[in-house]
Amino acid sequence: MSSKISPKSAVTHRGANRPLRGLRRLLVFAAVACSPLVWAAKPAELNLYSARHYQTDEALYNDFTKSTGIKINRIEASDNALIERLKSEGAKSPADVILLVDAARLWRAETDGLFQPIKSEYLDARIPANLRSQVLPEGVKWFGFSTRARVIVYNKARIQASDVDTYEKLAEPQNKGQVCTRSGSHPYMLSLVGAMIDRVGVPATEVWARGMVANMARAPRGGDTDQITAVASGECGVALTNSYYFVRMLRSKKAEDQALIAKLGFIWPNQQTSGTHINIAGGGVAKNAPHPEAAKKFLEYLASDAAQAYFADGNNEWPVVTSVKVENEGLAKLGDFKVENVSVAAMGRNQVEAQKILDRARFK
Amino acid sequence: MHRVVALIALLLSLPLLGLFIPFFQTQDGSAAVDLGAQGTLLHLWKFVLGDYLVSTFVLLTGVGVGIFILGVGNAWLVANYQFPGKRIFEWALILPLAIPTYVMAYLFVDVLQFSGPLQTLLRQVLGVETLWFFPDPRSLGGAMWSFSFCLYPYVYLIARTAFLDRSARLSEAAETLGYSGMQAFYRLVLPMARPAIFAGMALALMEVLADYGAVSYFGVETFATGIFKAWLSFSDRLAAVQLSLGLLVFVGFIFYIEQSNRARLRYASSGVIQRAVLPKTLLGRRAFWAFACCGLTLLCAFIVPALALLKLLWQQGLSIDVRYAKWLTNSFWLACVTALISVACAVALAYAARLTKSRTLVWVNRLLGLGYALPGAVLSVGILSLLGLVEAAWIMSATSLVLIYAYLIRFLSSSLQSVETGLSRITPSMDGTAALLGATPFQTMRDIHFPLLKRSLLTAGLFVFVDVMKELPATLLLRPFNFDTLAVATYQLAADERLAELALPSLTIVLAGLVPVIVLSRAMSASKRY
Repeated sequence: MSSKISPKSAVTHRGANRPLRGLRRLLVFAAVACSPLVWAAKPAELNLYSARHYQTDEALYNDFTKSTGIKINRIEASDNALIERLKSEGAKSPADVILLVDAARLWRAETDGLFQPIKSEYLDARIPANLRSQVLPEGVKWFGFSTRARVIVYNKARIQASDVDTYEKLAEPQNKGQVCTRSGSHPYMLSLVGAMIDRVGVPATEVWARGMVANMARAPRGGDTDQITAVASGECGVALTNSYYFVRMLRSKKAEDQALIAKLGFIWPNQQTSGTHINIAGGGVAKNAPHPEAAKKFLEYLASDAAQAYFADGNNEWPVVTSVKVENEGLAKLGDFKVENVSVAAMGRNQVEAQKILDRARFK
Repeated sequence: MHRVVALIALLLSLPLLGLFIPFFQTQDGSAAVDLGAQGTLLHLWKFVLGDYLVSTFVLLTGVGVGIFILGVGNAWLVANYQFPGKRIFEWALILPLAIPTYVMAYLFVDVLQFSGPLQTLLRQVLGVETLWFFPDPRSLGGAMWSFSFCLYPYVYLIARTAFLDRSARLSEAAETLGYSGMQAFYRLVLPMARPAIFAGMALALMEVLADYGAVSYFGVETFATGIFKAWLSFSDRLAAVQLSLGLLVFVGFIFYIEQSNRARLRYASSGVIQRAVLPKTLLGRRAFWAFACCGLTLLCAFIVPALALLKLLWQQGLSIDVRYAKWLTNSFWLACVTALISVACAVALAYAARLTKSRTLVWVNRLLGLGYALPGAVLSVGILSLLGLVEAAWIMSATSLVLIYAYLIRFLSSSLQSVETGLSRITPSMDGTAALLGATPFQTMRDIHFPLLKRSLLTAGLFVFVDVMKELPATLLLRPFNFDTLAVATYQLAADERLAELALPSLTIVLAGLVPVIVLSRAMSASKRY
């Protein structure tokens, strides 16, 4: 077809108004697409940035979608990765809800302006004041949804409970060559040390850190579960670990896990003194959330009885809502404990100082 | 042609330039408790950086020796001799490439630790309580072994290609001049294969430098530990970037030394007819030793880890997560697309340098290849800074293009090294002859270079494919919604300390990487020699 079709000739030349016919089709399509009918049928969505890395959370999210019809789009990464990404995404970030698993990181995210304050009577009523950010006129920025404790486990055959029942005693000379921990740079350890700085000050904490290093059976490595297995196998006599890993092993039906647990003693540290250090997993609504209503609904869901029970039963953490009945035989076996009274802000503020102390003490 | 290449080079260098952006950003309000970059760096230097540098150096030396012996030794045996099992070893020795370093680290420790099968067996056999002489696998030494077993395929593959492509005339000339086999190897073959061996070792050692997950599992603190400490514990992005740039400068310096050392040497053999080396048949004891060498390498580097994975899987019970198919397709798709684009870019860049003979372009290629030494997370910070500057970071959540872009930069080195090594073995006089006979550069490329380069191109594609399958840090940071890969799934399970449960995704990564490894490596052995 070598004949040229000029715009003018198209109207009269090749049949009906070809270009105009296409345009008409487009307009009709656009009208249909924009009609309220189509938007009403579009399923609601929630964009979740979560640092929670627990398999058991799948059920949590599926239940939310089932009961509200809101689809959850997820990105899971470590706290720091998420914070970096959110900072770069800036005002156009598609994040609706941000969930983090460390108190110091929550503080960091709050200070970096990543949360927006929301007003929710439901959340204010159910979540204790010390487990959420401070109340501002515009609302509350983030809420804790579950807690976990940093506890001490020891080898019953080698160590007396009275020698290791506080964090401070782990650094004392009688425990030389007995202590195992994970790397000091891990957020859980940094928060512990940050809380200690708040309680007793920098010099005393540095003395403790040096004492810990002197008492180590081996250089820090591995995760919290590795510390538990190291104590059971006799590589060391005592270790710091996270409560939910211990409880997971406690509840495990596997014979080798049961054999392991049988060798171990468990201690709530500092019960007679300052109380056991706890860390918070929680989150809030993102600053520029495109779906703020759905975000608020999701946070309220996390504080509901069903979700709180998931945290307890599924991941062996403690729910923040006190009225929820915990059906976890492992947690029940460990019983109640006195909680340390250190604010999240203190843990967050002291993180840099904590890392500096650990570096000076050569706590790897 | 040159404009296209310049564009490609610019696009690929943007994130590296993006690393400089934090220099110009002011600290936000929380600076009240931060030290500022000077404070962080000073603190690190005063207390820990010296130790990190020492252990990094020791680790690199150890791994360098390990991969040289394993890679060059096996490549030599397989390329030049005929012995029982050689046909299998030829492609099987590449298999460890499919195992990610963090999985290898975990398996290595699992098999060799106090409560692992080897020590338990030895204790039973010897009837003792503890094996005082058995070293702890979770140490610097253990890290060296683990990385050597995991990364020697880089050297093996490239060295083997170099040895295979070598002309028989060289060896014959050496024989007539009275060199024994070993002398010919040391004096002639090894120096001729130097660019190839250096390329392979550079790839492997840069991967060690960039690694964070596996080294921290061994409890070893390297320079990457310092970078992450500055970034995560001190929340000081600027200091982390400065340390990373220092790392890149160091790596660039090494490349510069190597480049200037061989500036005057030529590696393409002239001579009209290239005849391939016929493998010599080994008999008796020599055949046994050759078999034992290759067999032992394969056993330690692949068979034992694979069996350990299978055993974990068996203990765990086979329960396939419903999301596996999605993870697998995501990983595969990303790997294929990135491999194709990466090889294309590498060819374009390498050719531009060759055709224009421009030293600038050679250096641009070097610089672009440095991305391999950067921890994936740091490179991602560069990309994030860049996107943040133009307020386009939200793209990441909608599409995986940003992720592919990150992979391209991160892994350009693997494809560039392979392609450049292949190109360096084609004499410039061939180009001259073709030009004399009236061929355009494009025709030369298509009809002459391409068949000669096929093996290098396959190697390049293979490296990138397997690297992308295993890649973790950049994927975690830059992926869109609901887009998990096998590596991400493995990480989630490991982060949750469900180490037994990550057997299946780990095995899947290995298997998924194995298929192209085997296919391509057999294609490489089968392709006609020239």
